[in-house]
Amino acid sequence: MAGRTPIRTINSALIAMIADEDTVTGFLLAGVGNVDLRRKTNYLIVDSKTTVKQIEDAFKEFTTREDIAVVLISQYIANMIRFLVDSYNKPIPAILEIPSKDHPYDPAHDSVLSRVKYLFSTESVASGRR
Amino acid sequence: MSGQTQRLNVVPTVTMLGVMKARLVGATRGHALLKKKSDALTVQFRQILKNIVSTKESMGEILKSSYFSLTEAKYVAGDNIKHVVLENVQNASLKVRSHQENIAGVKLPKFQYFTDGETKSDLTGLARGGQQVQACRTAYVKAIEVLVELASLQTSFLTLDEAIKTTNRRVNALENVVKPRLENTISYIKGELDELEREDFFRLKKIQGFKKKEIERQVAAAKAYAEEKAAEDIALKKGVPLDSVHNLLTKASQRDDDIIF
Repeated sequence: MAGRTPIRTINSALIAMIADEDTVTGFLLAGVGNVDLRRKTNYLIVDSKTTVKQIEDAFKEFTTREDIAVVLISQYIANMIRFLVDSYNKPIPAILEIPSKDHPYDPAHDSVLSRVKYLFSTESVASGRR
Repeated sequence: MSGQTQRLNVVPTVTMLGVMKARLVGATRGHALLKKKSDALTVQFRQILKNIVSTKESMGEILKSSYFSLTEAKYVAGDNIKHVVLENVQNASLKVRSHQENIAGVKLPKFQYFTDGETKSDLTGLARGGQQVQACRTAYVKAIEVLVELASLQTSFLTLDEAIKTTNRRVNALENVVKPRLENTISYIKGELDELEREDFFRLKKIQGFKKKEIERQVAAAKAYAEEKAAEDIALKKGVPLDSVHNLLTKASQRDDDIIF
């Protein structure tokens, strides 16, 4: 298809994270964390002192880096930079909004899920799954 | 619509008609194939939609349980465990590998997570709560598994969405623009050819008429000539020129009183 970015076959790619401290801790424990030679991390811990600018920069960096295949972002943080998340439409890296510990998950805010819901009414999904 | 009346700018010849017919056949076949492709993609798309919704729902559950196990680990191992974890980050041991899956000519990325090297359990939770830390780790690995699956579904969703849009656009373009235009061109060429044929026919008729007239004229001339010739022959046989015979008669009738008739 013309105009579409070709999908690279990556042998090993990282999972990036923008989340609160607890979430990041958990995933780091599972072993997704990476620090490269220049002390650049593939995750951003967001706390009360983190500015929106920092989050935006991290998001832009993670989505443009070649070695990242998936970006996990806490939903409440995604809501802070909603315009960026919604305008992002490349297939790779995939942006995943995950619930955080203190903020319950709201499917209505998810940029992808809202499109899914728009295309597919919930009833037919529920009935079609059986 | 302007597309209805449009036609290609071609010279109306028989060759062009053949070319146009071949193109119409090609367009029809392409349309049918693209339609099939679009249908296949749509089936796949619906499947993915279903999977996305159910995976998103299960993701909530799994993350909830992994948060709970983290809390457990924290409770047992102490709150400073996170500092230990954050300090120990070096290289990712859990990575993602992607390969392509071909669905009706559309390449969809599929992610797969894999562990690269041994997980650095280090001394995290060595003092206390080691088991809880391990449980927490497995819970998060499970969460990653679900999230990676969801990520591949999501990328497939976006890619397929785009592919379906382009395919449908092509189907519609073929159906509503290319095919009518070719059909219009074909009918135009046929009309022109018919017109030419009629003209030709008329011209032939006209020529035939002229020829007939000409032949009649010639036949008449020949007949007149033959008659004259015959009369002349008779006169020659009698030894009197035809003109003098005429003259004799006319002179006699004028002057000679003895001739009664």
